[in-house]
Amino acid sequence: MPQTPESSLIHARGLTKRFGDFTAVDAIDFDVAPAEAFGFLGPNGAGKTSTMRMIGAVSPVSDGTLTVRGLDPRTHGPEIRARLGVVPQQDTLDTELTVRENLVLYGRYFGLSRAECGRRADELLDFAQLTERQNDEVEPLSGGMKRRLTIARSLINQPDLLLLDEPTTGLDPQARHLLWDRLYRLKQRGVTLVLTTHYMDEAEQLCDRLVVMDKAKIVAEGSPRQLIDRYSTKEVTELRFPPEVQDSLDGQLDGLADRIEKLADRVLLYADDGEAVAVAAHERGLKPETVLVRRSTLEDVFLRLTGRSLIE
Amino acid sequence: MTAVTRVLEHRAVQYRRTFKSSAFTSFLSPILFLTAMGLGLGGYVDRSGGAALGGLTYLQFLAPGLLAATVMQSAAFEATFPIIGGLNWQRTFHAMYATPLSPRDIALGNLTWMAIRLAMISSVFTVVITLFGAAHSPLVVLGIPVAVLTGMSFAAPIAAFSATQRTPNKFNVIFRFGITPLFLFSGTFFPIESLPGPIQAIAWLSPLWHGVDLTRGLVLGTVADRPVVMAIHLVVLIAIVIVASWATVKTVERRLIRG
Repeated sequence: MPQTPESSLIHARGLTKRFGDFTAVDAIDFDVAPAEAFGFLGPNGAGKTSTMRMIGAVSPVSDGTLTVRGLDPRTHGPEIRARLGVVPQQDTLDTELTVRENLVLYGRYFGLSRAECGRRADELLDFAQLTERQNDEVEPLSGGMKRRLTIARSLINQPDLLLLDEPTTGLDPQARHLLWDRLYRLKQRGVTLVLTTHYMDEAEQLCDRLVVMDKAKIVAEGSPRQLIDRYSTKEVTELRFPPEVQDSLDGQLDGLADRIEKLADRVLLYADDGEAVAVAAHERGLKPETVLVRRSTLEDVFLRLTGRSLIE
Repeated sequence: MTAVTRVLEHRAVQYRRTFKSSAFTSFLSPILFLTAMGLGLGGYVDRSGGAALGGLTYLQFLAPGLLAATVMQSAAFEATFPIIGGLNWQRTFHAMYATPLSPRDIALGNLTWMAIRLAMISSVFTVVITLFGAAHSPLVVLGIPVAVLTGMSFAAPIAAFSATQRTPNKFNVIFRFGITPLFLFSGTFFPIESLPGPIQAIAWLSPLWHGVDLTRGLVLGTVADRPVVMAIHLVVLIAIVIVASWATVKTVERRLIRG
C-alpha cells in the first residue's frame, strides 16, 4: 500500500482531538489510498467518530497533520466537503419532506442545478431501491430504508470518497446485508470507502485494510487476514462450563492451547488445530456443556489487543 | 449570498407543506383581534372621549401596535423550535454543514427565512388594517419593514439563545416572562404614559416599544412630528438585529462544530 502523502487520499500524522482536558484522539497516524476500503474498528468511545469528523472538515484538528486530497481542513473546509460524501452515525434526514425532496435539496447545497439534481436523484433512487417510495415522507420509512436514503443522499455530489460512521448500527441482519451489497458496488466503481464500525463482521466484509482503535489510539493496523494471522491463531475452541465449574478450573486447562482467555460465560482456547484441543480437553476428563471449534475473527484480535470485547 | 439562498430554499420547501393553514391563520388572527379589541372594546373606550389617545379612535390606536406585537410573537416562535429542531431533532443543519455550506450560511439563511416569514405575516396584517379603515397614511406601507425589523430584534437574539439549547425547556420562560409581558405592556393596548413611572422606563428598554411607537407613527402618518425619537427607535432596532445576528452565527457555529 502506498504510504506517501502525495499518493494518499487521506494522510494523518500525530492527529489529535481534544475536548478541554479530554483527549478523544491521541496522536494517530494513518494513510488511506485511493479506491481502498479503509476501516476504523473499535468499541464506542474509542475516538472513531471524532476522527471521522476531522476528516469530514466539520471538527477542527487540535494537533498534528491532516490532509484530505492534499488539502488542510483548517483552511479548505468547504472545498474538502464539496467532494466528500458523508453518512453520519445519526440520520440527518428531513423527515417531514419526501424521499425525493431530501435528495434534490441536498444536491442544491452543492450548488447543482435543479435539473441536474433531479437527474441524479432518479439514478440514486434506483441505486438505493427507493424509486417506489420517492414521493413518500421519510418519517414512516424503516431504519434500513432511511440508511439507504442517507447513503443515496451522500452520493448526490458524485464523490469519490465516502465517509461512513457506523453505517449499519441498529439495523436488522437483512437490512445490513442489503446495505453491504450497495457499499460493495460503490467500491467496485472505485469509490474510496472510509468507515467506522464496532462490528467485526462488517469490518471483515467491507474493509481491505483497517486500524483497530482503543482509548483514542491506534493499536494495530493491517488487512483483516493479516491482523488475524498476527494476533490470533487459526482456530479457536470455545468451551462453555457451568459457572461454578468454570470458577474452579484453575490449572486444569494449562498447556492445552497457545493462549487461553477466560470470559464471563466461556473459555476460549487459541490453537491452530481446534479439533485437537477439544479432544485433548476431553482426554483430561473435562466435561464442558458445549464445545465449539471456529476460525479466529477480528473479535479475537481485539480481545488479544485490549483484553476486552468489542461490544460490551 | 448564493449559499444563503440554498438554505432558504430548504426552508421554503418545508414551508410549502403548511402554507395553507399558515396563510389562513395570518388572516384570521388580525381579523379576530381587531374585531374584538378594536371594534368591541374600542366602542367603549371611544365613548369615554378620545383625548388620551390624541384624538384617535381606539381601533386606529390599537392596529399598528398590534401589528408589531403580533410579529414579535411569530418571531419568537420562528426563532425557537425550528432552530432547536435543525440542531437537535432532525439535525438538518448538521446535514447542511457536511456540504460546502458554512455555519455562517446556515445561521444567516435561517435568519433571512425568519425575516421573509415575518414580512408575509405583516403584509397580510397591513391589508387587514387597511380593510378595517385603520390606516391613515400611505406610509402604512413602511409599517411592514418596520414591523419586520421589530420582529427580527426578537428573532435574532432568541435564535442565538436557541442554538445553545438541547431541549425546549427554557423556551417557556421566554414566552411567559418575556413575550407575554411585553405584548401587554409595550404600548400596544394603551399608551405607556398610563403606566407608573418605573414601568414606563422598562418599556423604553423593550425593543417592542420602539417598534410599536415607530410603526404607529408610520401607520398614522405622525412620524414627522417626532423625528428624533423615531430615528432613535430605528437605530436601536437595527443595532439589536446586527449584534444578535452575529451572536447567532457564533452560537450555531459552536453547536455544529461540537457535533
